[in-house]
Amino acid sequence: MATKGKVVGINSNIVTLIPDGPVAQNEICYVCPKATGERLMGEVIKVTGGKAYAQVFESTRGLRAGDEAEFEAHELQATLAPGMLSKNYDGLQNDLDSMKGVFLRRGQYTDPIDRVRKWHFVPTAKVGDRVRAAAWLGTVEENHQTLRIMAPLGLKGEATLKELVPEGDYTVDHCMGRLVLEDGTEQTFTMVQQWPVKRAMTCYASKPRPFKLLETGVRTIDTMNPIVEGGTGFIPGPFGTGKTVLQHAISKQAEADIVIIAACGERANEVVEIFTEFPELVDPHTGRKLMERTIIIANTSNMPVAAREASVYTAMTLAEYYRAMGLRVLLMADSTSRWAQALREMSNRMEELPGPDAFPMDLSAIISNFYGRAGYVYLNNGEPGSITFIGTVSPAGGNLKEPVTESTKKVARCFYALEQERADRKRYPAVNPIDSYSKYIEYPEFEEYIAKRIGPDWTSQVGELKTRLLRGKEIAEQINILGDDGVPVEYHVIFWKSEVIDYVVLQQDAFDEVDAVTPLERQEDIMKVVTDICRTEYRFDSFLEVSEYFKRLINLCKQMNYAVYGSEQFADYKRQIAEMVESRKA
Amino acid sequence: MATTAFQKIYTKLTQITKATCMLRATEVGAEELALVDGRLAQVVKIDGEDVTLQVFEGTGGLPTNAEVTFLGKAPSLRVGDDLAGRFFNAYGHPIDGGPELQGREVEIGGPSVNPVRRKQPSELIATGIAGIDLNNTLVSGQKIPFFADPDQPFNQVMAMVALRAKTDKIILGAMGMTNDDYLYFKNVFTNAGALDRIVSFVNTTEDPAVERLLVPDMALTAAEYFAVEKNEKVLVLLTDMTSYADSLAIVSNRMDQIPSKDSMPGSLYSDLAKIYEKAVQFPEGGSITIIAVTTLSGGDITHAVPDNTGYITEGQLFLRRDSDIGKVIVDPFRSLSRLKQLVAGKKTRRDHPQVMNAAVRLYADAANARTKMENGFDLTDYDERALAFAKDYSEQLLAIDVNLDTQQMLDVTWKLFAEHFKPEEVNIKKELVDEFWQGK
Repeated sequence: MATKGKVVGINSNIVTLIPDGPVAQNEICYVCPKATGERLMGEVIKVTGGKAYAQVFESTRGLRAGDEAEFEAHELQATLAPGMLSKNYDGLQNDLDSMKGVFLRRGQYTDPIDRVRKWHFVPTAKVGDRVRAAAWLGTVEENHQTLRIMAPLGLKGEATLKELVPEGDYTVDHCMGRLVLEDGTEQTFTMVQQWPVKRAMTCYASKPRPFKLLETGVRTIDTMNPIVEGGTGFIPGPFGTGKTVLQHAISKQAEADIVIIAACGERANEVVEIFTEFPELVDPHTGRKLMERTIIIANTSNMPVAAREASVYTAMTLAEYYRAMGLRVLLMADSTSRWAQALREMSNRMEELPGPDAFPMDLSAIISNFYGRAGYVYLNNGEPGSITFIGTVSPAGGNLKEPVTESTKKVARCFYALEQERADRKRYPAVNPIDSYSKYIEYPEFEEYIAKRIGPDWTSQVGELKTRLLRGKEIAEQINILGDDGVPVEYHVIFWKSEVIDYVVLQQDAFDEVDAVTPLERQEDIMKVVTDICRTEYRFDSFLEVSEYFKRLINLCKQMNYAVYGSEQFADYKRQIAEMVESRKA
Repeated sequence: MATTAFQKIYTKLTQITKATCMLRATEVGAEELALVDGRLAQVVKIDGEDVTLQVFEGTGGLPTNAEVTFLGKAPSLRVGDDLAGRFFNAYGHPIDGGPELQGREVEIGGPSVNPVRRKQPSELIATGIAGIDLNNTLVSGQKIPFFADPDQPFNQVMAMVALRAKTDKIILGAMGMTNDDYLYFKNVFTNAGALDRIVSFVNTTEDPAVERLLVPDMALTAAEYFAVEKNEKVLVLLTDMTSYADSLAIVSNRMDQIPSKDSMPGSLYSDLAKIYEKAVQFPEGGSITIIAVTTLSGGDITHAVPDNTGYITEGQLFLRRDSDIGKVIVDPFRSLSRLKQLVAGKKTRRDHPQVMNAAVRLYADAANARTKMENGFDLTDYDERALAFAKDYSEQLLAIDVNLDTQQMLDVTWKLFAEHFKPEEVNIKKELVDEFWQGK
């Protein structure tokens, strides 16, 4: 019999319950305000001395001591099945579109999947096959992607496929077949799977170091600090430095099969922007509408705080489900700081002893476990699959020495530091080229891959650009101290060469149709133009000539960036640039 | 507020702090209102039979045998068309001598809008101030604060913006406002003949600090009535949100919560977001736009209040006194409107985004030149021109006394470009330069 309980204490959304039977940590429960008859979902987060503390995912207004609670005997689960693509979910995986009314009424829960729709199933496994958890048994098509119908994710050891339905149209709840388990018992299965969101899905064979470039079309990432399929990265930055614009750019352009966006405690209008734009925008890699490959988990800042924590886990679980199908998943979470703050609010109400900045002590462990769930894997059948995870961090006061940034820095392999000063000067994306890094560029696996894809000297060229940027910055400081005529003219040339790199490679107009996305071939082209400019020796008589010359050169390069790739215009600007460089050669 | 029959009356307070009191009671709901010795209070914590109440007026003089009755409802406001043109206190009771409200009673701080039922904001709000319309265009459904030091004329600018913007209703939520400023707003609105489209909820510095926690929710509940039920465009002015946050800190401190940064409660982000996220564009045409004020101490935006606000709102507007022209300007570097790209170049002339960015970039060059000058270095010809441009740009566009339409603002900017620069120095797409450069 299910455990029931009574409410004895309420402190905002932390409710103290006295259960009449066994309860488990992280067990889901419903508290039921008698006055209204609603059922409000919550999660047990502490049990002590016969009392269970539950964080309720909704407003507890009107709840009274003495109201009843029901325990559900399972943890918070995601429901996984075909029919999730293009959906908009809240943090608990309720389908937002099927909710009634303009306002989110509490206690309203909707089914994340369509139980009526039929899917055309094509079996790929045979009766008699030995299968493990998540083994591929057949396919269905959704939004022109082939999805796998898999053996139960919770399957222990090996089982034998005893029965599998033939090709045909089935609803998700249709019994798809029967397995004989190791202990001889039998188990049926459908297309629907349940998975507790806080547990990592580990039904894969191995997890090698990632090496394959994940193209994002953003030059400051792809060229300077590339992220890879199955890689992890984070974008910290004070407000107004363009975190969200950069994240949206990546999610629009990245070469991934599935994109999951967890809008975690951020502005509702930013989610609306995705709702509005993605159904219209086209995936640059497949030509299909972006929304077809996208799932949005929206727990905006005004939605209940406790569900904010759940939202990132729900998103990660969905990503793991698609990775188990051998797909390339990109997961974006904006922002992980809001998630950490939700943890802080809970911890505070539970009167736990706080760690740094009043965050819970285990914050660092929670963050590293979460990033650890991403990665490039080889499944049991040898096929690859990946989850690339990029999180944003909103450091308090823009100070990167705060617990969330520091804990994330320990685990994420790419660091894209957004800088206030660059943003103030409208140098977008405001990614600081010197502080930012990608550990992947040092991986021999990556070097080998990129050498094959672009050319053997690519990484050394990137290194050269970085050195020039650093040198340029040092000289700018010297000029500031000594004055324009206090340094040799050559110093001005070095400084302006770094400005060329900044203006032409790093800066990119996310709102210009052409400049917003730069395919890798074009980045290669730009790299060549910029490297040629930088490697040329020039003759100048005074520093005035230097700035005047390079400003014109940069202007030409910018026009080139705005020109359609491969067009007459583009070639023409390239020619003009080459001529201009030639005219000043020493 | 009359008590009804058969209501249980408690007369034994077990604990009294500056802002809260505790008693033993049963059948009490979370966030329920109560009257403690005639003072309005709200349930903030229930632990078995121990109920903690937050007393809005403060607990000064409260005896342990005070009469406590529970009202069985959360704080609420009577909404209806009779709100228009009226002034209320933080509880929604008239302070203008007029009649009590007759409308339907709704709980304040209601649920949030389902994000999929929102519409993307796309209507420009013109203010005539170029520092806003040109560089930081406002859009209906946006939420944006002024970040200002207490001595800056933010209330004046806000009143000007409110009256110039074409909206159906203006709702003022005043928290910890000086009585003088309150009278200023009252005067300006009356003189503009706009009183019938204005609703005000006022908590002045003379009123108890904790009361102001109700003001934003009151104002936004009224706003939701007009935006949802009447499909009106509503502009909500909240001043000053720093006073609001200070009250939050007081309450959380009295409740022994562990403070996080700058002694603010750990839930500050969520508390502020709940208010600001009420800004919305509904598909049926109604909208709520929030313009708020966050006062800074010495321009420090890393303090928890402006910092959290910046992460929640869609940009911020900075005012600064420009010593070159002796006027207050909207600072082009630190100000930002995140929604401007939804209208700039779409609802305005197509050269708007590039012109705006180019002008700010050149203004930045002038700032660098000024640093050089202050450090005693020689200025180049370009530096001189950038400085001259910056002065004209401040005077003719950034100053808050400017009143132009956006077309004129763009034309003035192109005129300044041509007066001070060569076309290749402004870094604008060639086709736009070809079309708009003046004096070829």
